[in-house]
Amino acid sequence: MEEKKLAIIATKGTLDWGYPPFILASTAAALGYETEIFFTFYGLQLLKKDLKLEVSPLGNPGMPMPMGMDKWFPVLGTALPGMQAVMTSMMKKKMASKGVASLEELRELSQEADVKLIACQMTVDLFEMDTSEFIDGVEYAGAARFFEFAGESDICLYI
Amino acid sequence: MADQELDASGLNCPLPILRAKKTLNGMESGKVLHIIATDPGSVKDFEAFCKQTGNVLTESKEEGGKFHFLITKS
Repeated sequence: MEEKKLAIIATKGTLDWGYPPFILASTAAALGYETEIFFTFYGLQLLKKDLKLEVSPLGNPGMPMPMGMDKWFPVLGTALPGMQAVMTSMMKKKMASKGVASLEELRELSQEADVKLIACQMTVDLFEMDTSEFIDGVEYAGAARFFEFAGESDICLYI
Repeated sequence: MADQELDASGLNCPLPILRAKKTLNGMESGKVLHIIATDPGSVKDFEAFCKQTGNVLTESKEEGGKFHFLITKS
């Protein structure tokens, strides 16, 4: 049986949206898929050695709020200074208590399972990002490099 | 019965699968891995995992609030 291929584009750099690419990539690798993730725009935050990702309740009516806060808290309240930090810390505690892996752990497991991580060179230049802040083992390339693999993939996801 | 045991209690998706895969990697063909998990999603996940990887799920049961799986490495 020929190895299946999964190609993912990761475009978001928040704590919640950081999970799907690494959960899917690590699981696919465990199932025998050859997997690559192409990180572009805000997705590049997921490649930093020191992850400082946050989750924002702002403009996110689908986010479950603790203690029924969504019932009595006005929408504008989610824009208050400090709300993002509070929600981020609550989310991290919740994840740890439910046995959900940290992003760092899932990223490490992905790399161990030979998931290829490709950073968009254009975004690196655009935001003048310092690649020394990124983890090792990242390849820097452009859109054509993504299609080289994605064109032969069985599953292709834009996250 | 099992040659090796993996306790994935308290771990959530996709960790039980990832740990199981890692453990199976270090085992010889024909050996049996006993996995204990508490994630209810792991029941369907281990079925799907075995179907796709060729390993054989010889037993899947719930006992005392925990899920037990026996997987024979292909």
